[in-house]
This record gives sequence, structure tokens and C-alpha cells, in this order.
Amino acid sequence: MNAAYEKPVPEPTADSQPYWDGLAAHRLMIQSCAACGQARHYPQPMCPACHSLEVSWIEASRRGTLHSWTETHHPFHAGFKDDLPILLVTVDLAEGVRLQCPLRDGSIGALSLGRAVDIDFEDVTDGLTLPVARLAP
Amino acid sequence: MDALREQACITGIGETRYSRGTEKSQVGLALEASLNAIRDAGLRPGDIDGVIPYAAGMAVAEDFITNLGIEDLNYSAMTPMGGASAVAALQTALMATASGLCNHVLIVLGRTGFSGGRIGARVQQMPQFKTVGEFEMPSGAIAPPQLYAPMARRHMELHGTTSRQFAEIAVTMRKHAQLNDNAIMQKPMTVADHQNSRMISDPFRLFDCSLESDGGCAVVVSRAERAKDMANRPIYIMGVGEGHPHSPSVITQRSDLTRLGTAKAAPKAFAMAGIERRDIDVAEIYDCFTYIVLCQLEDLGFCEKGEGGDFVMDGRIGLGGELPINTHGGLLSQAHLAGMNHIHELTRQLRGDGGRAQVEDAEIGLVTGYGDLGDGAVAILRR
Ligand SMILES: [Zn+2]
Repeated sequence: MNAAYEKPVPEPTADSQPYWDGLAAHRLMIQSCAACGQARHYPQPMCPACHSLEVSWIEASRRGTLHSWTETHHPFHAGFKDDLPILLVTVDLAEGVRLQCPLRDGSIGALSLGRAVDIDFEDVTDGLTLPVARLAP
Repeated sequence: MDALREQACITGIGETRYSRGTEKSQVGLALEASLNAIRDAGLRPGDIDGVIPYAAGMAVAEDFITNLGIEDLNYSAMTPMGGASAVAALQTALMATASGLCNHVLIVLGRTGFSGGRIGARVQQMPQFKTVGEFEMPSGAIAPPQLYAPMARRHMELHGTTSRQFAEIAVTMRKHAQLNDNAIMQKPMTVADHQNSRMISDPFRLFDCSLESDGGCAVVVSRAERAKDMANRPIYIMGVGEGHPHSPSVITQRSDLTRLGTAKAAPKAFAMAGIERRDIDVAEIYDCFTYIVLCQLEDLGFCEKGEGGDFVMDGRIGLGGELPINTHGGLLSQAHLAGMNHIHELTRQLRGDGGRAQVEDAEIGLVTGYGDLGDGAVAILRR
């Protein structure tokens, strides 16, 4: 782990470890119920549709559309002070679940509901990779 | 459910001086407010037989037993719903008193949001935010304004809601605060002041955000039959309800970003009360952000989803308007007491003690709480 990294880091659980391992391998993995097939995110132990505790993981397409967004200007956290403003987007993934992550290109004025985006990866420390969005070409 | 209608009353209210900066502790502020509420009810501290401390505060039931010298407490509980905790606690106090378990329940909050850890910085340490903490904070979504902003943005994109309409809420709350000697923000605010205030997390500007402040606030809830010959006119709990939204732990995954737990709480509270929206004379609406007021007005059924922006315009929510809101100045301009101050204010209004902000002939009022990323609570009170 990079000693100078000042941003919050996730503490993976038994339920979420495959998600973080997937990101580190540049694969966007989401849970899918082994019994009924319903996709869910963020990772959780039980399927809310059929209550099965059996989980399988699927690799998501990384294609999505904008559901909403915010652009943060205030330094809420010292680790993000040099990144301001941060444009955070809420993305509807093709698999039917959502993801929130920074948008790496495009300005807030160019955004609209339903705008197509692709999910990409950024290796931020040894072992930690976070998702980011880019406007689809 | 209407078996609980009017089975309990608010019989005492108390607050401390609200400030930005204090030498006092959270527990000290909570005790000062408690004593004021207990005395206002005409009770002695030993008469309190139930305590519901604010779930996200430092004070616990033991502090009230120890300091108030309560010999035999029958009941203590917490209602961990963030800013909805205070109104949800009215429901818990109603059950505790109507059941016969308690005569007088103290609901209390002490807060050092300015002098202690800032409200915005505290989120990471709270267990109810563990999902956000693991999956969103590493990407920079740290504080409530950032977490709530996408709800407001989606509402704006879907319904044409504007920042100018948010400004109307902020300016109205400020006008009301100027009529309240215990409101922190006394400086006038114009729409232009709001529109020129710095951007915090789009679409929220500084004046869309509530205050960080210090203080204590408390109410006493008594069983209705006990309330009839107490020091003040009893204020009856006609109806109360709580509601939890879909995906309560994280907004990102919520099926409808523009609907809060309030939409589930409101029908329960109105059904218990047995009244209609048009019967409400005054409303104290939880206002951590301007948009949250607008969204709740829709979820409460005062207007349709998407019409909240128009609803708040043209003086409708100001004193003298059709539905005066936050007659004390709210979290936006009085102080951030997590909505306990909203219950305090509604009680004051229904007693006819509203001072310069008194709503004429206020008989029935509504108070809401909202917090923890979407929980809602609604109570309807009458004089
Ligand atoms: Zn299933």
C-alpha cells in the first residue's frame, strides 16, 4: 500500500471480496443469484427476490447510461482536495444495477439523463483499483 | 391503528441557547434542555419514567438516570434513523405511554455539530453508512450534500425543478429565523444571495445546506389521561408513522431516487390521525437541504410528484401563506438540532406561544424528520 495515499480505502468483507478482486483484475464483477438469476449490487449476502444465500458472480458489460450526477467543489476530505471539482456520476449498468464513480472526461454541462457511458478502471494503489466512467464515443 | 390516536400528548418542551461555538458537552446540553422541558411540563425529574436519547448522540439513558436522579426508569429506547430519529421517537413514546408502561417519556438531543466533530465529517464512522463507506467513499462521495445531490439533480432533470425554487425555501426559512430570538442566522438573505453562494456539491449551494450548530432540545410525552391537568395545554399526538425507502443503506441503488421514506410514513400518520392534508395549518418540515423540503412536500401528498418546485413559490410556505413551513427558521437558519427543534416549534405554535412567528388559529400541525440516506417520520399534532 502506498504510504502517501490519503483517500479512504475500502475494507472488503466476505461478501464483497470478489468484487474488489475483480476490479484489481480490471473486470467488473457483480453478484447474480445462483437460484433465480437476479443481479444485485452492491454485494450483499441474500437475494431479496428469492432469499437464496447461494451467490454466483457475473462479469458486467461495463456499458451504462447516466441516471444522475453531482459535481463537488467543497473539500469534504483532505485526500480529495487536489482533485476538485469531482464529477461523480450515478450509472445504470446494462445488467440492471447501478454504480457510482467519477466521470473522467466530459464536463457537467454536457451531461443529460440517459447519456451513454463506459466503465473503465484506475489502479490507485498497489492492490486497489476503482471504477471510473467515460462518455461513450 | 387509530387505537393509538390521541393516546399521548406533548406536555413539556425545552431548549438551550443555540450557538456556533460552545464550551458545553453534548451530555450537558442535553441535560440543560431536559430540565427545561421537565419544568415546562410542571414535573420533577424523578417523574420521568422513560427516556429516548437521540440515537446518533453521545448521551445514553444512563446519563439521564445519573444526572436527573431517576430512581426507577421503566423504559429506555433509541430510534436510529438519523434526522428522522426525533419524530420516530414520538411514535415510540406514544407506544410506551399508551401501553401503560410509562407516564412521562423524555425525548432529548444534545448536539455539538459546530464545536465537536462536524456533522458532515461524522458519516464515515457510523455503522448505517457502511455500504456507502465501502463502495462510494473511496471514489470521493464522502458527505451528505454529495450523497443527496444526485436525488435533487434527477428531480431537476425529470421535472424541471430549479435552483431558483430551492432559493425560495432558503429565503423563507431565513425570514422566519429573523422572527425568532433563538435562531442563529439573523442576517437577511435574498434570492440573489442564495444564487451567488458558493457551490458545495451541484446543485447544492452553500445556502441550500443546513447549519452546523451547538445546542440541546427536549420534549416530554405523557399518557393522555395524565396530561389533562398538567402545567400547559396538552398537545395531542393525533397520528404518527415512520417509513423506510427501497435500498435504505445506499441512495445509488434506490429504485426511485426522488422518493423518500416519507412517502411511506405519511399515509400511516394521516390514517391514524383521521384527517386530510387540507386540515394542516402549519408544518415543520425537516430541512437538512432545501431540496429535501420540496421532495417531502410531494411525498407527504401536499402536491403531486414533480410539482414541489411550483408549490414552494409565491409565498405559499411563508407566514401568512397557505402552508407556513418552518416557522422557527428550521435547520437552514435557526439551528441544526436534528429536527427536535421542529417538534419544539410545532408544540409552541399549537399552544399559541409562537411569538412574532405565530400562525393565526393554528389548531393542527405536521412535523417531519428525515435522515440516514432516506428514512422518514411524520407526526400530526393538535391543540
Ligand atoms: Zn434469487
